[in-house]
Amino acid sequence: MLGFLSFIPRAVGQGIPLLFGCTGEIVTEKSGNLNLGIPGVMYVGAISGVIGSFFYENSLNGRPLNGFLAITIPLLCSLLGSFLMGMLYCFLTVTLRANQNVTGLAMTTFGVGFGNFFGGSLIKLSNLDVPTIALSKTSAFFSATLPFASKAGWFGQIFLSYGFLAYLGIATALVVAFILKKTRIGLHLRAVGESPTTADAAGINVTKYKYVSTVAGCMIAGLGGLYYVMDYASGVWSNDAFGDRGWLAIALVIFTIWKADIGILASVLFGGLYILYLYIPTGMAHMELKELYKMIPYIVTLVVLIITSMRNRREDQPPASLGLNYFREDR
Amino acid sequence: MSDSKAAVSMRNITKTFGQGVIANKDVNLDINKGEILSLLGENGSGKTTLMNMLSGIYYPDSGEIFIDSKPVSIRSPKDAYDLGIGMVHQHFKLVDVLSAAQNIVLGLPGKLDLKSACARIREICDRYGFDVDPDKKIYNMSVSEKQTVEIVKVLYRGADILILDEPTAVLTPQETQKLFDVMRNMKKDGKSLVIITHKLNEVQEISDKVAILRQGEYIGTLITKDTNPQEMTDMMVGHKVELNIERPEPLNSALRIRVKGLNVVNEEGIKKLTDVSFDIYSGEILGIAGISGCGQKELLESIAGLQKVESGSVVYIDDDGTEKELIGMDPLKIKELGVTLSFVPEDRLGMGLVGNMDISDNMMLRSFRDSHGIFTDRKSPHDRAERIVKLLNVDTPGIETPVRRLSGGNVQKVLVGREIYQRPKVLMTAYVVRGLDINSSYTIYELINSQKVAGAAVIFVGEDLDVLLQISDKVMVLCDGHVNAILDGRTADKSEVGLLMTSLKGEVTD
Amino acid sequence: MDKKIREPLFHLVKRDNLPRSKRVLIRMGAIVLALLLCALLTALTTGINPIEVFGSIVSGAFGSTRKMWITFQDLSVLLLISLALTPAFTMRFWNIGGEGQVLVGGLATAACMICLEGKVPSAVIIILSVISSVLAGALWGFIPAVCKARWNTNETLMTLMMNYIATQLVSFFIIVWEVPKGSGKIGIINQNSHAGWMPSLFGSKYMLCIAVSLAVMIFLYIYLRYSKHGYEIQVVGESENTARYVGIKVSKVIIRTMLLSGALCGLAGLLLVGSINHTITTTIAGGQGFTAVLVSWMAKFNPFTMIFSAFLIIFMKRGAGEIATTFGLNQSFADILTGMILFFIIGCEFFINYRIKRSEKHESKGEEAC
Repeated sequence: MLGFLSFIPRAVGQGIPLLFGCTGEIVTEKSGNLNLGIPGVMYVGAISGVIGSFFYENSLNGRPLNGFLAITIPLLCSLLGSFLMGMLYCFLTVTLRANQNVTGLAMTTFGVGFGNFFGGSLIKLSNLDVPTIALSKTSAFFSATLPFASKAGWFGQIFLSYGFLAYLGIATALVVAFILKKTRIGLHLRAVGESPTTADAAGINVTKYKYVSTVAGCMIAGLGGLYYVMDYASGVWSNDAFGDRGWLAIALVIFTIWKADIGILASVLFGGLYILYLYIPTGMAHMELKELYKMIPYIVTLVVLIITSMRNRREDQPPASLGLNYFREDR
Repeated sequence: MSDSKAAVSMRNITKTFGQGVIANKDVNLDINKGEILSLLGENGSGKTTLMNMLSGIYYPDSGEIFIDSKPVSIRSPKDAYDLGIGMVHQHFKLVDVLSAAQNIVLGLPGKLDLKSACARIREICDRYGFDVDPDKKIYNMSVSEKQTVEIVKVLYRGADILILDEPTAVLTPQETQKLFDVMRNMKKDGKSLVIITHKLNEVQEISDKVAILRQGEYIGTLITKDTNPQEMTDMMVGHKVELNIERPEPLNSALRIRVKGLNVVNEEGIKKLTDVSFDIYSGEILGIAGISGCGQKELLESIAGLQKVESGSVVYIDDDGTEKELIGMDPLKIKELGVTLSFVPEDRLGMGLVGNMDISDNMMLRSFRDSHGIFTDRKSPHDRAERIVKLLNVDTPGIETPVRRLSGGNVQKVLVGREIYQRPKVLMTAYVVRGLDINSSYTIYELINSQKVAGAAVIFVGEDLDVLLQISDKVMVLCDGHVNAILDGRTADKSEVGLLMTSLKGEVTD
Repeated sequence: MDKKIREPLFHLVKRDNLPRSKRVLIRMGAIVLALLLCALLTALTTGINPIEVFGSIVSGAFGSTRKMWITFQDLSVLLLISLALTPAFTMRFWNIGGEGQVLVGGLATAACMICLEGKVPSAVIIILSVISSVLAGALWGFIPAVCKARWNTNETLMTLMMNYIATQLVSFFIIVWEVPKGSGKIGIINQNSHAGWMPSLFGSKYMLCIAVSLAVMIFLYIYLRYSKHGYEIQVVGESENTARYVGIKVSKVIIRTMLLSGALCGLAGLLLVGSINHTITTTIAGGQGFTAVLVSWMAKFNPFTMIFSAFLIIFMKRGAGEIATTFGLNQSFADILTGMILFFIIGCEFFINYRIKRSEKHESKGEEAC
């Protein structure tokens, strides 16, 4: 029971960045854009927040932080960073109609490099006399749990022990699911991703929908990076620590068959699988098996991908125009 | 009664495409309230283009459109909807994974309220006798259900003028009856309807008036009950035009292919060919006449090994009398059997040629396996390309030019040139002169005739009856996937063929 | 009813007849613009004179004989992986699984080197390494190809997942073989015996990679351009309908091509482990499986042009690395510069493929209809 109690919060902690990334990519893919730049976007989202709060913390010279600013500054910086990445992707693929795969991969190269560069060189560039980027004060605001969490026993530990971004992530996923399922905007967005020609004929502005959804998707995904560094990693930036979570988020999109609400449970499941190896007793003699357990999320995703393509159920398929650019005069 | 008020008047409408292809010329048309008008004409007579100008897809070059006697300009489908005009196209514009109701409200403003939308859809359905489940997904629907959704979509937007582009082409007879019932209900409700068709029995059954177009020009309007199939056919096909296409007498004809009891059902589950049986002889041209989509494509592709066949046989008979069954073979196996079969498909750049490859590489499509070893022979296709370019006067900057960049006539010369270069025993062509100018067309006719003289068995699918009747030794008329008749090309009468194309034998009511 | 009609000021027309010289000019222009922007950015972050920036980049890539050799070696590996992906791309099969295919190739080599040391002569180990790495890479290409051919499974997502399975497989074996126990590393394999180490060529340990990738480049050029297989790949990529029309079996071509693509990636893994690093880590491919997609695409899938696009990437990486080291910056500086160049190159394609046309009333409508 004890093991389980500590397992769930850790799985959630691992899952929330994935949830943000997955929700963002779902919004994006629903418009027919396959954004392989999401891993880069999440790095940019994280480092932009770090840069913001780094300068804010250091500008105070040790004075206590204003709680509101400590949260708003990194949040806005992060959103701005991923907003710009989203605009870049859209400009290249929607306006200039560049190949989506190539653009996405270039964005990932750029974004990961951007994150690691500023993560590694921020101190040098700013000429500040600090040893490492450890934004523990800011992090304290991000990881503050609900006040009664510690008093609520196991319930508090499982459901209430997270920073506000975790709840924001879940709320975002629910809102996205609602928009996609129940609103006219969602309906139009799905039409754009399935058949831009039909949507265009019905008077829907395909370009606008692609732009808005892709940029919004990037901004959501960027928050995943911010959560990771500010909450999960306690404000300590270390290069490449975010790892391949961005790609895992893309995998998660397939796993959830493009449904944002399923993403909530699935991301916790993936987060759990990600750290499952810590909880499976392998004994010191067989540490290597842990590496095989880490493979599980990917294998599960692969199997889901193959099975959905085998069953060929229309609801479970990727949006029909995924990866294709729309040019009205192409017929 | 004939002078009920005109809902739509089109005056002197002219529309041209590209380099002077005239789709419509000085067309005048009135559509009255509470009336069903049939728009009748052969393929390419400009029916759809004319209606597309009402629905906002195209904009006329000149002429005027009046709605309720007021001049209007229709520049987009939305403009058309605002004026109460809705068109159901042949190719449905629906999103597969969405439900009927979601598709119907797609693109409309306001809050999404599927419940009240469903209620309104049901109301429309009850009013006109439709049968639609608003929650059913499009991909689960039959073609007729999809069509119903399209019609409801148009009505939901408040259309008073409905245009249906060949709605019955995809329907079974029972479904057609249901559609007609609905159309009659709409008429009673005061709506104006236009049905584009080339089936005469349907014209007679459903419409009050019939307007006839021929080669983009308006020929006239008849009151349906006062006319008969013969008169309509004559107006539709016009007088015989002498084209002076050569027709050499067949020499040493021998049975080459025997098609027996061929049945084909397409991917959508619609029966495209029913018990098709006929023979083709070497040194002979068999023309195939029929309205578009009546099974020509499936027939040719079945012989070429590209179409799944339900039952039946296609037997190839060699010069020495040995028989080879072609059903169940793919194009490669047919080739390996030693059968040189050439096929000029309807879709030239999507099937017959690769648009991004140059002329020389396109020559290789047929022959790239012929060389020994693992390498392709690049030289002989190159020579062949040069020869064909010279022989057929292909207008191209060079043989390294991607064929996509050639004009339609030149693309076709390259394709036909390649196909006849292998000295086929069987040559099949589909709409081989579509979109070509007169000179290119005659070049192609000559090429086909030269193959006939060389002893090939030729199947010629065409849409222009004058051409078909002047080039073919025999004419087979397909109607709705059935062989309606096989006539002698030298004696067949144009209007007789026209009638056979449009009405299945036994249905003709003289 | 008489509302004003807003006609767009201009509209886009696809074009495909831009002369080669103009196409090259546009791309060069984009690269020059990107380089200028890179220099500006570098100058801003480091404070050095923008012209000096280029000097540093050149000296980073070619500053000494050793640097030059390493530049060429890096270039050859990236080139090899890019070449490996090219047959698949020509077929419009988006194989972004190069990373995984390289890793399993490397893993197979490492397995041969570790498990066979002392049991068979070094030459035999080398032969077995070659065979096993090629087979391993081919297997990694085969799995997504079969799924694509049979069920039309999305190959981009599938090859992506295969990458991570390969990564974990490598981590697993690293722990199995780790030296010393608990270090989580393998270290240099067979450091003393050199068993299974690839031989040096022409007296240089760098030459083997260079020779192999050049050989593969020539092979692929001939294969894609002159062989029957290459022709089939081209037809399938352009139009599956045409392929069927002339009796090409599409699924067979997909599987065969991906076997080749994976096998060549496996070969790159062999070189990385057997010839260059003599060890294996999960990051041995270093993201080059992804970079190679860009390299291949930039070269428009032409094997010879790929030398230039691969060179551009490696040159920037080595050069920016030098700047970063000199100024105590982070090595990722190179990725930022590379990313920016890529954005320019990606963006400039638009001006090659489309023409911006001013709308004249009606006429534009007529053109749309054609």
